Amino acid sequence: MATSVDCDIVSAEESIFEGKVEFISLTGTLGELGIYPGHTPLLSEVKPGPVRMRKESGEEDIFYVSGGFLEVQPHKVTLMADTALRADDLNEAAAEEASRQAEQAMADKTSEFEYSRAAGQLAEAAAQLRTLRQIREKLGK
Amino acid sequence: MAVGKEIKTQIASIKGTQKITSAMEMVAASKMRKAQDRMNESRPYAQKMREVIAHLARSNPEYKHLYLQTRELKRVGYIVVSSDRGLCGGLNINVFKKTVQSMAEHDQNGIEIDICALGSKSATFFNNYGGNVVSSKTQLGEKAEAAELIGAVKVMLDSYDEGRLDALYVVYNNFVNTMTQTPEVVQVLPLQADPNDDGMSHHWDYLYEPDARELLTGLLTRYVESLVYQAVVENNACEQAARMIAMKSATDNAGDLIDDLQMIYNKARQSAITQEISEIVSGAAAV
Repeated sequence: MATSVDCDIVSAEESIFEGKVEFISLTGTLGELGIYPGHTPLLSEVKPGPVRMRKESGEEDIFYVSGGFLEVQPHKVTLMADTALRADDLNEAAAEEASRQAEQAMADKTSEFEYSRAAGQLAEAAAQLRTLRQIREKLGK
Repeated sequence: MAVGKEIKTQIASIKGTQKITSAMEMVAASKMRKAQDRMNESRPYAQKMREVIAHLARSNPEYKHLYLQTRELKRVGYIVVSSDRGLCGGLNINVFKKTVQSMAEHDQNGIEIDICALGSKSATFFNNYGGNVVSSKTQLGEKAEAAELIGAVKVMLDSYDEGRLDALYVVYNNFVNTMTQTPEVVQVLPLQADPNDDGMSHHWDYLYEPDARELLTGLLTRYVESLVYQAVVENNACEQAARMIAMKSATDNAGDLIDDLQMIYNKARQSAITQEISEIVSGAAAV
């Protein structure tokens, strides 16, 4: 069996990653997904969160996506993200600020619509922070 | 020197026009670069989306989404993308010709047609031409936002969902390079399998997370949006390129005209001088 699988990550703005990976993990709507080569065909929605991948060289990479769709074929993984960021581009201070603001907005909710929007923002900010924590762990190792 | 003066004014006016066209050429050139960047940025996403959808169309899903079912054609919809402004050569006319041609084929088979016009040129054209324009969006500007297009496109998707439309096409200019733009008719719905991709001929289906219905609705709607957005972005790059070329040839033509007129002016001036001299000489001889 092949030990690596083609992986493409694209966002609406640009192509983020293209290459072979040995393993990739991300957050689907129904929970964490870990994908090895030869995975059965799968279509899933993706929730905001980190995308970790191990490249052929054994090197690990982390990206952040804000949701989108994932297609898995035995020989190919395609992730179409709404927005994707290289983890280096993530800004911890900004994410914390956004998270704090969203929490505040939820606290003094004025309408149903604003509440759900704030909840969405909070989820996104929390996911960004989670990504950053993972990166720090990786570097700390 | 009456003739000479007339020519002189004409040359001056053409020079004025030439200045305008060459300025427009330069503006179009710089806008084209930006439009091309935008087009290239969103291309990978649209490309991947198209690949995934092609796979999907080849799978054998337990849940057949509406967009995957082929129905008998009774009424079809066209989304025609054009520019908002003119002065871009035959760009829009080519798209309209292609659309009318494709519409005529359906017309022969007694299939009715609805039109969604994106861009004021296509809105104007199809209102005059007599098409059944059900929705339109004009003044998209150079930085078309996906959100702006969705409203107009949703009208078409809704009538597809309700079964009023049995197929949906989008017509736009495909950006080949700066010199060449080709009008294209692309079938959006129902989805078609890519006939060249025969790697997966056996019976298979995806796992869906969450359930197939919810996921496919989200994915396919996103697909149509990305297809239309890509068409608009690409058409915009084409518009700027076509305008640049049109304005360049207008500037060149103005230059040629000025050269010709200058020649006529010089000849007229020369013959006037010759005439004057010969008059003076013959006058002197008479004395």
